[in-house]
Amino acid sequence: MNKRVKIYSTPTCPWCQRTKQFLKENNIEFEDFDVSSNQEAAEEMIRISGQMGVPVLDIDGEIVVGFDKERIKELLGL
Amino acid sequence: MKVYDLIIIGAGPAGITASVYAARKKMDFLVVTKDIGGQAALSGEVENYTGYQFISGPELVAKFEEHLRKFAILIKENEEVLELKKEDDLVLIKTKEDVYTAKTAIVASGKRSKELNIPGEKEFKNRGLTYCATCDAPLFSEKTVAVIGGGNSALDATLQLMKIAKEIYLINITSALGGDPIMREKVEKNSRVKILNNTEVLEIMGDRFVSGIRIKKDNKIEKLAIQGVFVEIGLIPNSEFVKDIEKNEFGEIKVNCKNQTSIPAIFACGDVTDVVEKQIIVACGEGAKAALSAFRYLSQQR
Repeated sequence: MNKRVKIYSTPTCPWCQRTKQFLKENNIEFEDFDVSSNQEAAEEMIRISGQMGVPVLDIDGEIVVGFDKERIKELLGL
Repeated sequence: MKVYDLIIIGAGPAGITASVYAARKKMDFLVVTKDIGGQAALSGEVENYTGYQFISGPELVAKFEEHLRKFAILIKENEEVLELKKEDDLVLIKTKEDVYTAKTAIVASGKRSKELNIPGEKEFKNRGLTYCATCDAPLFSEKTVAVIGGGNSALDATLQLMKIAKEIYLINITSALGGDPIMREKVEKNSRVKILNNTEVLEIMGDRFVSGIRIKKDNKIEKLAIQGVFVEIGLIPNSEFVKDIEKNEFGEIKVNCKNQTSIPAIFACGDVTDVVEKQIIVACGEGAKAALSAFRYLSQQR
């Protein structure tokens, strides 16, 4: 039951790094979109989350704003 | 009810170091914290932590956390403390989830960004308004933004935005910018930055996202069209939950050189205290001292 995980992030954002680190530690594959260089991804992120803070996760269509560890764990069944 | 030897509140540099020391003293303790790393996790570059000539805040925090997790420590993460008080001989800690009791406590709850407390601030948080330039600045490429503040953190945010935004208003409520001269000069020389001194922000405006701010400069009210607001007006201590303890005028918990507070059995360390220097390495040192003081206090009670 591999869920599709997308992360919208910026290279400088500490919480983005912590989120990605958390996913890696749990062997979760994810696609990373750098919203500082990819304008299309930035607009997509704002559209799906209704806000501009990073990181944003898209886990099979469920949107998580920020490094909300509990919610991420729940959605990924960790 | 279980009575711990010690409860540590907070897991930034001070709380983590206190935990490592408490674990090595084999104390029976619990850590209650909102997050791991605190403000250090939000620092861009750290160049003054001995042994590391250059390390990013998140990397340093990852090393701290690794050290912390080496021990089998009971950690309640994502749990905010609502109240801490002494009742008879016990320290009582209330969180949203639970109540804990211990013989001693270490408050290492750090600081948080100060808010403007003006209309529109809450509504537009993360909708153009942010407290973390390091995180969110890249989203404002080629946009017009305002940085609110006049100290080092405002200068730091402006320096980051100079590489990204089209135009930056630096809005300072006092008559001249403070902060380090080296940073100030860089900001003052940059043609993209407009400095507005003696200026107060009255309101954040917008529809779904920020589209402007209302300001008062020299008693005249104006509107600026901008798409981003970076609030950098300083920090306040997370000390509200500790009742009946001595604090200074800034709300920082007063400690002596042994990290004792005005309440016996309650110790404090790091940025939440009145120790003047707010540095990662200082917070770590203070955390070590607080844990050793709590340990000594307990052995004297027995």
